[in-house]
Amino acid sequence: MPPGTKLFDFSWTVGHLDQIWTRIIQHFQLIIVPLLIGIVISLILAVWAVRQRWAYAPVTLITGILYTIPSLAAFAVLRPITGLSFITAWIPLTTYTLLILFRNFTAGFTSVPADILEAAEGMGYTRRQRLLRVELPLAVPLIIAGIRLASVTTIGLATIVAVLGDQFGGLGQLITEGIQTFFPTKYLLGAILSVILAVGADMLFVRLERLITPWARARAGAR
Amino acid sequence: MAVQSHQAAVVEFDHVTKHYDTPTGRRKGGPTPGAVNDLSMTVPAGKICVLVGPSGCGKTTSLKMVNRLIEPTSGQIKIDGVDAATRELTELRRSIGYVIQQIGLFPHQTIGENVATVPRLLGWPKPRQRERSEELLAIVGLDPAKYRDRFPSQLSGGERQRVGVARALAADPPIMLMDEPFGAVDPIVRDRLQNEFLRLQEQIAKTIMFVTHDIDEAIKMGDLVAVFQTGGHLAQFGPPLEILAAPASEFVARFVGQDRGLKRLSLLRVSDVAMQAPVVARVGEPTADARQRASAAPNGYVLIVDGANRPLGWAAPDDLSGGDGVSAEMANPVSPLVNKRTTLKDALSMMLDADVQTGIVVDRTQSVLGLVTIEAVARKMREGEHSPAFDDLALLAAEEEEDADGVPVRADAGAADQAALEGA
Amino acid sequence: MDGVIAFLTDPKNWEGTTGIPNRLVEHLEISVLAVILAGLIAIPIGLYIGHTNRGSGLAINLANIGRAVPSFAMMVIPVPLTLTLAETGLYDPNFGLVFLPPFLAMTFLAIPPLLVATYSGLRSVDRDLVEAGRGMGLRERQILSRIEIPIASSIIVGGLRTSTLQVIATATIAAILGGGGLGRFIFDGLNQGLAGRPSIYAGAILVTVLAVGIDLLLAWVQTRLTPRALRKPGRRPTPRQTPGDPDLEGVSALVRT
Repeated sequence: MPPGTKLFDFSWTVGHLDQIWTRIIQHFQLIIVPLLIGIVISLILAVWAVRQRWAYAPVTLITGILYTIPSLAAFAVLRPITGLSFITAWIPLTTYTLLILFRNFTAGFTSVPADILEAAEGMGYTRRQRLLRVELPLAVPLIIAGIRLASVTTIGLATIVAVLGDQFGGLGQLITEGIQTFFPTKYLLGAILSVILAVGADMLFVRLERLITPWARARAGAR
Repeated sequence: MAVQSHQAAVVEFDHVTKHYDTPTGRRKGGPTPGAVNDLSMTVPAGKICVLVGPSGCGKTTSLKMVNRLIEPTSGQIKIDGVDAATRELTELRRSIGYVIQQIGLFPHQTIGENVATVPRLLGWPKPRQRERSEELLAIVGLDPAKYRDRFPSQLSGGERQRVGVARALAADPPIMLMDEPFGAVDPIVRDRLQNEFLRLQEQIAKTIMFVTHDIDEAIKMGDLVAVFQTGGHLAQFGPPLEILAAPASEFVARFVGQDRGLKRLSLLRVSDVAMQAPVVARVGEPTADARQRASAAPNGYVLIVDGANRPLGWAAPDDLSGGDGVSAEMANPVSPLVNKRTTLKDALSMMLDADVQTGIVVDRTQSVLGLVTIEAVARKMREGEHSPAFDDLALLAAEEEEDADGVPVRADAGAADQAALEGA
Repeated sequence: MDGVIAFLTDPKNWEGTTGIPNRLVEHLEISVLAVILAGLIAIPIGLYIGHTNRGSGLAINLANIGRAVPSFAMMVIPVPLTLTLAETGLYDPNFGLVFLPPFLAMTFLAIPPLLVATYSGLRSVDRDLVEAGRGMGLRERQILSRIEIPIASSIIVGGLRTSTLQVIATATIAAILGGGGLGRFIFDGLNQGLAGRPSIYAGAILVTVLAVGIDLLLAWVQTRLTPRALRKPGRRPTPRQTPGDPDLEGVSALVRT
């Protein structure tokens, strides 16, 4: 670092709030599409894998392989193909969510005890009613846990997108620019903001989990 | 509180068979566990029919074929004359109450919502759902105000079992299917639940099919008992007393247990045996008369009673001495007192405890009606008794067999059972 | 495509500091060190928490937070600190820039999966076995080493897999700071514009092969450690009797068990 560089230049921050805000918005844009698409795909795959038990292994394998590919490699490889746009980021970000979501969604569905399903069937629920009114609500805790994990991971991975040097980098862009220009304020801002975003999302989902499952909180202590 | 209940249906099994097409089954060429073989029986409306038998005998399979959780391979199950297979599936199931051992309460719904499950599926208006829910909770002994808004995880096992029954009754179904409903609780709670359920049935009089592996529960709960044996065959179908008194085969006899005689005694009451007339001596009577009567009495004693004919105790001729007349102090109160509703099992037990031959039967005012003797009870036990066709003596001989070295060889009980199961 | 093959077969790319072997070594060096350090921290703590079942709430929360933090951010935050410390002469400033920050980040990120895996692995051991061990007179440490760890080993290796993958991916990005590792092929390629394409692709392929290869290796180890009875590949999910703690479930799902 050139001597004399301030660790955190407050005045610069205040002067560039619009730039910072743009990056934050971009970050949301980077993560929202992969998460939504990932949830939909994983939900469908999960319901399918629970019905057709044999499907679980192959799907886990494929999503696992996709997950293993280091994110930078995936971004770098796709860039020449899909160009400099959100799509380049969205595709790998989506595939990275698949393993997490699929595993958690299937775990959610299989966590529903068999006797409850049998009771529901015996009492006259149709297949669809059973899925929507019994299985889904009871799978929710693990489903939310999966979405939580996927969101947080995606927020983190989205910061890497920027190293490709495009203009859609979100908070990661602040980091890379800060590094390349030896400007700590910038990269610290980018880093800390992305941490806040990720940890904040995590806590939000924990809150959401608790809200949606009042029955889990009401343990035998209330007797 | 009276429950409004109007319906009970007749359930008829007509040559119902269930085969599972598994590799094991095909290879062995025989029936697979859980299979059912040519089951034909009719459960009359408003009665409890208990299906009982060892594991894998097809009792649960038979039960589940009524609400078509399992479909029969052949044969028909008719409800009020209508083949269940022709009815629309979910409509059929919503008209049958279903209780399973683990109950399967929905953890994410309140107790009230759980109970109202079928009414909700049937589209009842919300207020009526709630009303019915509360009504049923009260019936099964749970205070609606307290329990309605709780979650299943907050209840004990016994409480959850009651909610399970309430839930099954919610839509007032004509049939209830119960698969080991009281199995998951401890014996004390189970006894209480059984008694309460029997009382409930007196009010609602539904047709109930009840699966258990416990023969004592079957005898206690059932108006009719269907004994199944491994392979899905119906070994015997009839009222509990008949099963106990006249087992149709070795298998049934063994399944019911060696103590079936005693089991019968718990179903019979003092009113079922002939009472003896006692030889009495009233307080205040001249002792000479009493002594004379005592010496002439069949057992050598007189029963001393008071002015209201209440028994005070026994007296031998030697106790009846002195010139002042029979008095209470001469009485030896050894015999237990029973009434006409006392079960023979309890009466016998009391007599054995007191080490006497005779029990005194009294009425509600405690005055003597007669005597019941151990001998009379034993005679009743033998009455109508039927042993299935096997050679007592041969079995005894086999059990006493000695091997070459003169050491007694015990008959292999397991092999005998196996033989009974396969042969009967 | 042919550019990539040419790149990979060019002998010049196989020698010297910028050659593939060296970059590979650099990559592995930092990765292995980070995983070892993380293991030295996470595993003892995890064993303690798992065996005594104390402090699990705190550990889970810390693990959650650690898991949430973006790796890239984690990598750059220590930079000002490490550079300032370098001025005290403790180490070379360059080391404080290109090695230390990523190393610290990777270690920090590798701890949560290992911690959670060790904890949940021990928790998965049937309590009856532990009691039986106590009843036989085994000391606590022996119970740990002879009963709990062997049974939990496959789950712990699952955590190791997750950690290692995380670390390898982060090491790839660490190259942006100017250090070494296979990520350099990607960054150097990005800086060369169109001509750098083969380098980018080659780097991507190399790092992917490394990651997948190590993952498969550890997967094999994990399978060998799993008791025979549970060993069917891609064991289908079985319903549980009681729903588990969602927090634990979620993270455990990431730990490849």
